[in-house]
Amino acid sequence: MKIAVCAKQIPDPATPYDLDPDHHWVVRPDDQVLDDTDRYGVEIGLQLAEASEGTVTLFSMSPAGTLQGIRQALAMGADKAVVISDPALKGSDAAVTAKVLAAAIEREGYDLVIAGTESTDGYTGVVPQMLAEHLGVPSLTFAKHVEAADGTLRIHRQTPEGYDVVEAALPAVVTVTAGVVEPRYPTFKGIMQAKQKPVEELSAADLGFGADDVGAAGSGTVVEGVTPVPARQAGEIVEDDGEAYLKILEILERAKVI
Amino acid sequence: MDFELSPEHEAFRRVVREFAEAEIAPYAEEWDRTHTFPVDTVRKMGELGLFGLPFPEEYGGSDADFLTLCIAIEELARVDQSMAITLEAGVTLGINPIATYGTEAQKARWLPDLVTGRALAAFGLTEPDAGSDAGATRTRAELDGDEWVINGSKAFITNSGTELTSLVTITARTGPDEISAIVVPAGTPGFVVEPPYRKMGWHASDTHGLRFEDCRVPAENLLGARGEGFRQFLATLDDGRIAIAAMAVGVLQACLEESVAYAKARTAFGRPIGSYQAVAFKCADLETMTEAARWLTYRAAWLKDQGRPFKQAAAIAKLYATEAAVTATREATQIFGGYGFMDETPVARHYRDAKILEIGEGTSEIQRLVIARGLGLPVD
Ligand SMILES: Cc1cc2nc3c(=O)[nH]c(=O)nc-3n(C[C@H](O)[C@H](O)[C@H](O)COP(=O)(O)OP(=O)(O)OC[C@H]3O[C@@H](n4cnc5c(N)ncnc54)[C@H](O)[C@@H]3O)c2cc1C
Repeated sequence: MKIAVCAKQIPDPATPYDLDPDHHWVVRPDDQVLDDTDRYGVEIGLQLAEASEGTVTLFSMSPAGTLQGIRQALAMGADKAVVISDPALKGSDAAVTAKVLAAAIEREGYDLVIAGTESTDGYTGVVPQMLAEHLGVPSLTFAKHVEAADGTLRIHRQTPEGYDVVEAALPAVVTVTAGVVEPRYPTFKGIMQAKQKPVEELSAADLGFGADDVGAAGSGTVVEGVTPVPARQAGEIVEDDGEAYLKILEILERAKVI
Repeated sequence: MDFELSPEHEAFRRVVREFAEAEIAPYAEEWDRTHTFPVDTVRKMGELGLFGLPFPEEYGGSDADFLTLCIAIEELARVDQSMAITLEAGVTLGINPIATYGTEAQKARWLPDLVTGRALAAFGLTEPDAGSDAGATRTRAELDGDEWVINGSKAFITNSGTELTSLVTITARTGPDEISAIVVPAGTPGFVVEPPYRKMGWHASDTHGLRFEDCRVPAENLLGARGEGFRQFLATLDDGRIAIAAMAVGVLQACLEESVAYAKARTAFGRPIGSYQAVAFKCADLETMTEAARWLTYRAAWLKDQGRPFKQAAAIAKLYATEAAVTATREATQIFGGYGFMDETPVARHYRDAKILEIGEGTSEIQRLVIARGLGLPVD
């Protein structure tokens, strides 16, 4: 099985990053890291590939930089990577990102595309579904368990109550939720092997896009403003007089949690 | 001159740090309190390939350089010395002699499980009456037909009694002026593992006294040439000293990070304590000691990796880094005030744990002896 895994390089969340004042785009340093949520996609991809003697190819649209984030995913065991890195892509919104990734994945060929539910820097959470639309294949979402065999994809789709079992014919796109598998740690051997693994760098033109199709010019989304999250209000303290549980039940009911 | 680590070294450091923070740090206090050797965590360290770092790929290792091992040990020690010493002793004392002096048959038999961390090896040199003066070994091994018959005892042997332990390499007298190394598989009749010691620190590390009572092992368990045991363990300890220095670097780094964070957060007399020079200068000293210790250690590892003489550099790194670590844990505890004396505070654990660094694998006095001799002084 030929498995495509979307893997984003993002600024290290441990060190706060800036938005550029004109467009509110994330300012991307040279040494970005692998988005934590993508590690689950890579892990599930690797497990499926191991079970089917398949391959895992990473797809990433981001400034290549030092490729640190991509090498992290290669060190986990992915076979190769395709990175679409082009100054013309700067300012691309979710729709353009999906279009570009779809073109790169189509060009390579695939049986299954795996993505995280949303990236940790942008949080739009719509790229995978748009990607499926561009590829013209089914889109299955919020998988906490993924099986793929005999041309069928079968997932457990997380719901507030539990999960639904959902099936689709391959090829398809699936998004996986964080925390459902334990992503493997790269070993030193894996890190050394990752150095030798092929990383193909493509430009927008390589995928047949003109300057107006991508980047800010091709994007319909404009971020008009960014406001800091308001500081959290102090919580409510319930003193226990022996009946505090009633009060807590009431609060939970009001919050519609129970 | 180039002080830059390779991107692969840096990438690996990030992985080990993440592993240490996720798999070890949250439990270190509990293991310390309950004196638990966490077998499953040690297995995970094995899965991460830590025990196989400097050993050949043909046995399941990673063919990494010694510096890579030092980085791994440093990152584990930053959160927990017990797990760091489990790795350090497992690799430099346990596996190293077998990989260096073992025959093809011995390596094929023992290494695959050891380098993947499915099994642990220990090294029994010290005896109740022979520590620094390890040449005073009294344990005896006599050939009886095609078997060695071993009698004697060993003291303070790390990793010798865990459920993963597969062997202990011991030094024993095989003739009047002859010390040899012999591999004793765990579970051999006559090989008695005493109950664990009550220690001041390293509570999650496994340490036992060992007794050998007419313990019989096959003649082919001799490791290296007969009579070479003394020279072999001196060389083994040279490697180990760099690795112990790396542990000390991790401890220094922990003290530095903990102290700076606390000095910023804790207020007294209306100001952060870090605004008082008495505290800020302690932090400056911690930073200075950490840097000095780290580069002495990396240089010793680099010399070894280059195949150059490193005995002197290893002794210098071990001496300086471990003494600095003990000072740093004391100063960090001071910065934490009363909280620093509470067992659950990481610097308190580091304080108790650090002292042994100045003792194991050659005391500070023995390092000074080695260094002074390296200067050509006729000291004994
Ligand atoms: C937790 C722990 C784990 C250990 N793990 C292992 C292990 O896995 N394998 C192993 O073989 N051993 C192990 N050891 C033993 C350790 O290496 C020895 O304790 C150490 O080498 C010191 O030996 P000793 O205890 O006999 O002290 P001694 O040699 O009796 O030393 C006592 C004091 O005299 C000083 N001294 C001795 N000779 C001289 C001299 N010539 N000049 C100046 N001063 C001198 C020493 O520096 C020290 O201060 C471990 C010890 C501990 C506590």
